[in-house]
Formats: sequence, C-alpha cells, structure tokens
Amino acid sequence: MLKRVHFPASILPYLLVAPQVIITLVFFIWPASQALWQSMLVQDAFGLSTQFVWFENFQALLADPLYLASFKRTAFFSVAVALLSMSYALVLAGFADRVVRGAMTYRTLLIWPYAVAPVLAGALWVFMFNPTLGILSYGLELVGYDWNHKVNGGQAMALVIMAAAWKQVAYNFLFYLAAMQSIPRSVVEAAAIDGAGPMKRFWTIIFPLISPTTFFLLVINAVYAFFDTFGIIHAITQGGPSNATTILVYKVFNDGFVGLDLGSSAAQSVILMVLVIAMTVVQFKFIERKVEY
Amino acid sequence: MVENRRILDLVTHLVLILGVALIALPIWITFVAASHDEVRMTQVPLPLLPGDQFFVNLKATLLGSGLSGTETAPVWQLMLNSLIMALSIAIGKIAISIISAFAIVYFRFPFRMGFFWMIFITLMLPVEVRIVPTFEVVSRLGMLNTYAGLSIPLIASATATFMFRQVFLTIPDEMLESARVDGAGPMRFFRDILLPLSRTNIAALFVIMFIYGWNQYLWPLLITTDSNMGTIVVSIKQMLEAAEQSPQWNIIMMTALLAMLPPILVVIFMQKLFVKGLTETDK
Repeated sequence: MLKRVHFPASILPYLLVAPQVIITLVFFIWPASQALWQSMLVQDAFGLSTQFVWFENFQALLADPLYLASFKRTAFFSVAVALLSMSYALVLAGFADRVVRGAMTYRTLLIWPYAVAPVLAGALWVFMFNPTLGILSYGLELVGYDWNHKVNGGQAMALVIMAAAWKQVAYNFLFYLAAMQSIPRSVVEAAAIDGAGPMKRFWTIIFPLISPTTFFLLVINAVYAFFDTFGIIHAITQGGPSNATTILVYKVFNDGFVGLDLGSSAAQSVILMVLVIAMTVVQFKFIERKVEY
Repeated sequence: MVENRRILDLVTHLVLILGVALIALPIWITFVAASHDEVRMTQVPLPLLPGDQFFVNLKATLLGSGLSGTETAPVWQLMLNSLIMALSIAIGKIAISIISAFAIVYFRFPFRMGFFWMIFITLMLPVEVRIVPTFEVVSRLGMLNTYAGLSIPLIASATATFMFRQVFLTIPDEMLESARVDGAGPMRFFRDILLPLSRTNIAALFVIMFIYGWNQYLWPLLITTDSNMGTIVVSIKQMLEAAEQSPQWNIIMMTALLAMLPPILVVIFMQKLFVKGLTETDK
C-alpha cells in the first residue's frame, strides 16, 4: 500500500489529494447523503411542508406492486442481456481463437460497438424496428409477423434487450478471446492427441478453464444492464408501453424528474446504492480469488 | 491450430464473418439511411444499398441548423461541445487521479487511508443512483448550462486512482532513493520519474475516458437546458422525438453517424491502448 521509502509529511500531500477529495465531497458524498436524508422525508402535495417519517418511504416502495414489478423486470432484463451478449461473444471468441492468422482482424471488426453511446445504440435499433418504416419490421411483416414495440410490451422488452446486448458483445468478446489465448497450447494439443474433437475440447478444457472470466463478465454485464442502459431505454421506449420496460434506473429518473416524487425517488436511489455496493463487493471478492488461478 | 481440417477452417471463417456482419448491420443501415434523400426515406421498403446523397446530407447536417422543427443548435456546435466535455473529463480525471495516487503511495500523513476510502466510495455511487440531489447541488452552485457543470461533477475517478496506485507500486523503491540522494524534491521526482514511467498508462486511460466522456447522456440531458450547450449525443434523442411528426431520417441518421464517429475512430486507431485501458481499469 505505502512505499517503504517515502517523503516526509508536509502540507504537500494534502494539496495533492485536495482536488479529488473536494470533488468527491461536493458531488458524491454530499448528494448521496442528501438522498439518504430525503428518503426519510415526505412532502405534502403542495411542497410546503416536509415531515420526517423514518422508513415509511421504503415500506411504501416495498409494498408497491409497480416497484416490485420493476425489480423483477430489471432482474430479467440483466440476465437476458448478459446471457445473450456473453453467449454470442463466447461462440465468436471460440472460433476466433482457432484462427491462426487474422484473429486480430476479427477483433478489430468486433470491438467498435463498445464506443457507441447507449442512446445512439437505441436510436439505431429503434430505426431498424420502426413499426411503419423500419427495415427489419418490414422483413418480419413479409414472413407474417406483426411487429409493433410501441404497443406490444414483450416486443419492446425484446428490442431493448437486443440493443443493450449488441453494445456489450464487444467487451465480452475481448475478454473471452484474451482468456482463451492465455490457455497453454500444450493442454489443448495433448487432448487432441488423445482423440478429443474440437467440440469436446471446447466443453471439457477451454470452457472450464475460462470460468473465472465468465464469472467476472457476469458481474460486469449485470452492472452494465442495471446502470448503463438508461440511454437505450430512454431512446427506444421511455419505459413503455405501460411500464413494460421501466427498469429501476429509469424509474428513479422518471419518479424524480417527471413525477417529482422526491421522497420515493430518493428511497429508490438508496436501494440502488445498496445494490451497487453489493455488486462491487462481489466483484472485488472475485478478483482476490482470481489471483490464485 | 491443432489439427488441419479444411472444412472446419471454412466453417470457422464463415461463422466469424456472419457474426461480424450481424454486429455491423445496424451501422450499415444507418450509413445507407444517411446517403438517401428525405423522400426516399419515407417509402417502404427502405433501401438496403447506399444512395448518392451522402455528401449533400453531410453538408446539410453539419452546417444547417439541425432538424427542421427542433430547437437543437447546429451540429458542428454540438460536436464542439461534446469534444470540450470529453476532453475536460478525460484530462481532468487523469490529472486529479495521478496526483492523489502519488500522495497516497509516496507520503505518510494523517487520514491517508481515510482519503483513500473516500475516493473508493465514488466507485459505488454512479450518477444514475444520485441524480436528483446531484442536480440540486450543481444548480445551487450556478453550474447549469456551463462546461464546468458538464465536466467537473464527473471527473472524480476511483478506477483511475487505483490504476495509478498500482503502477506506482511496481516502480522500485531504489528509484526514489537515488532521486533523493541526488537532491530531488517530491514534485521533481513526480515530474521527472513518475510521469515518464506512467506514460502508456496515461495514454490508455485517456482513450477509455475520452469515450466515457463523449458518450455521457443522462448528465448532460439534465443540466443543459440551453440548446447552445447541448451535446451531440443528447441531441439524437430530441431528433427522435421530432421524427414522430416529421420524419427526416436521412438527417437523423447522419447526425447519429457523426456522433459515433469520433469514439469509434479512437477505438480502431488506438486499439492497443484501448485494450490495455479496458483490461486495467476494470480489474
């Protein structure tokens, strides 16, 4: 942590940490404690008086079927995004790992969606699936499937999952490919000499050996789906139709800035903070374990 | 690979090419849409091959006042705002993180670990979970609709601080000892030894943070009400809303292309640094 040899204490180290610490205090710690405080207040309908109510906002939330439904929806959304983008990336990385020359070319061709902003990813997908004009919804109509995500909640959910997973494939592919390339060739070759075919080698050797990466990516993808997909949902569905795509982060925004229900929005923020802390702890626990591999 | 099987190699490349094509499809559709005129873009089915209006649309988008019927600033102004925001965030994050990591690793002073944990906590408080109170703080400080308001609240960085701390810990103690024997003070040591030694890390971090800054959405959406301060990424959403009434998909998709071009170019041309930054900041 600290160097064995170090500089003597003076005013200097305080000056060095000051910018970061001041910004942290003003824009992180202070707002977060405000959220904590507001989550225990209730404002009357005209915003004239506020009352301290302890945990009533939380109780109300946990009894609110809309909030619980949003919780379940968020869980489903993250699992779906993680599974879709990770399995897609795993298949491609598995094949790219076989390519002797050109693996890096494929990598270049696959990683750039990482750089596309979530809201832009949303814009591209909503354009392709535009119910009246979209090229893919037109194609679906030709085969007799009626696509309208503005009315059909299931289709809206499918669309945001696809857009979110599309953006995340790049990241997963990068980590899977790196993990596969770090497996010693001798292990794979020994299995081949013993007569194991490519599929068998993948499932019995490569896949188990990259399981730490799989676990790491699961956590990262869950965090991504929870917090970084706001732009996608805002661009494609605005949480609709009839809340079918209102995930937790979107609900905080909607209740706070559109509904102006500050107490409830703050309580939701606090619950989300607890979730982030839990996920960060899991992530760090895993990294400690990974050192042993 | 291990065995030499022609058919397997063929299948491998086939799967990879299909996989790449599927990923590239949305961008292709966008490019095609940006290369046709407005009328063609309202006729079903939409084209699958590019038209000849690409440069006409480019000019109309860049120099025109955005979409008719929306109140967005000209696209070049939006891109300039995005650039200023992305650069301020990237440079700001690197600057404040590298000096705080230096203080934490090379000095022993009271509350050292307290500061360290305080910075660590920022990792657990993404903007999305504290939007309302942060918005209030920024508005009370009078930073709405300013470049400072766009960038400063986002420049605290636990990941960058951790990365620099990691880098500094691998630098042998003898470096410091010999520097001190030669009479170098802390800032001299920082400038002449630590900075040059962490050059590639700084560059890798810059690539990641530039993309992060350019792609910010929720924060600029909240704190910019003046259309001249908007960013290009946020403007797309306003255009999508306007498209409900008067679809000008050629202009919208051209704007989308322009909005994603800078970060994509950064990823492709600085791929090595990008991969290094990605693997080191997330671990």
